[in-house]
Amino acid sequence: MKLELKKFNLKEKIDLQRKDWVLIAIIIFVAGLALLLHEFIGGKGAGCVTVKVEGKIEGVYSLAKDRVIEINDGTNILEIRNGTADVTGADCPDKLCVNQKAISKNGESIICLPNKVVVTVDSSENSEFDAVAQ
Amino acid sequence: MKDRVAYFGIFTALALIFSYVETLIPISFGIPGVKLGLANLIIVIVLYKTALKDACMLSVVRVLLAGFLFGNYFSIIYSLAGALLSLFVMAMLKKAGGFSVIGVSIAGGVSHNIGQLIVAMLVVETFQVAYYVPVLLTAGLITGCVIGILAQEMLRRLLHWRIGS
Repeated sequence: MKLELKKFNLKEKIDLQRKDWVLIAIIIFVAGLALLLHEFIGGKGAGCVTVKVEGKIEGVYSLAKDRVIEINDGTNILEIRNGTADVTGADCPDKLCVNQKAISKNGESIICLPNKVVVTVDSSENSEFDAVAQ
Repeated sequence: MKDRVAYFGIFTALALIFSYVETLIPISFGIPGVKLGLANLIIVIVLYKTALKDACMLSVVRVLLAGFLFGNYFSIIYSLAGALLSLFVMAMLKKAGGFSVIGVSIAGGVSHNIGQLIVAMLVVETFQVAYYVPVLLTAGLITGCVIGILAQEMLRRLLHWRIGS
């Protein structure tokens, strides 16, 4: 059995076609829209960060108070400083969560996939959890 | 039949080598998780030069091998989701017609990232990763474009090359 042969027509498809430009335009439009939505919904302001491990809330911490938190028995280190939250240490091999920049806006998150840790900034309204966590 | 097996081996080796070369290049684009996707170049070439089922097979074999060699259990799942969605979208666009290799490759790059994002959402059970969408779309657009241009140049030089002859 021989491989099926598909002829590649050079003359016809040498440059970007009209449909290609439409595709590029749609991608840029959707990207821009998602960016605007994020900017619009995710307002700035000191809220609190929710720490989830495997989908379950492990703790809610205020961004107003500087502190260092060990998540998941120390697999990840979360540092809260100057109203931002940043993962500064992790035992996973890729360290993608450590390399992500600090978060402060509503809806932003830092995620460590190997340890299934999600740190998300929430609005300041549900800060009653804060008292419990502290 | 012998030719087919031999060519499949060569393509697998090439895709694997590209995966390896990619781990050597310290380009990080400043964004975690974004890479060029050099192995996708081989997938695009195979998609245009042979049948879809060969490209599909190659894609799965490549992801599994590269995952066991350079990645881990998680990277295999994410790569597989991205690779399969990417291949599916590319095959659809190619069949639909009117798209150049670059357009098909761009769609592949973007859908690769989207596939990985969907799996990430399922694994960590959160939809807050949505803010990452613009970054992934733009990254997919740029890397897909680069791979598309390379694939077009390669296909142009492989115009008279026939598998199995």
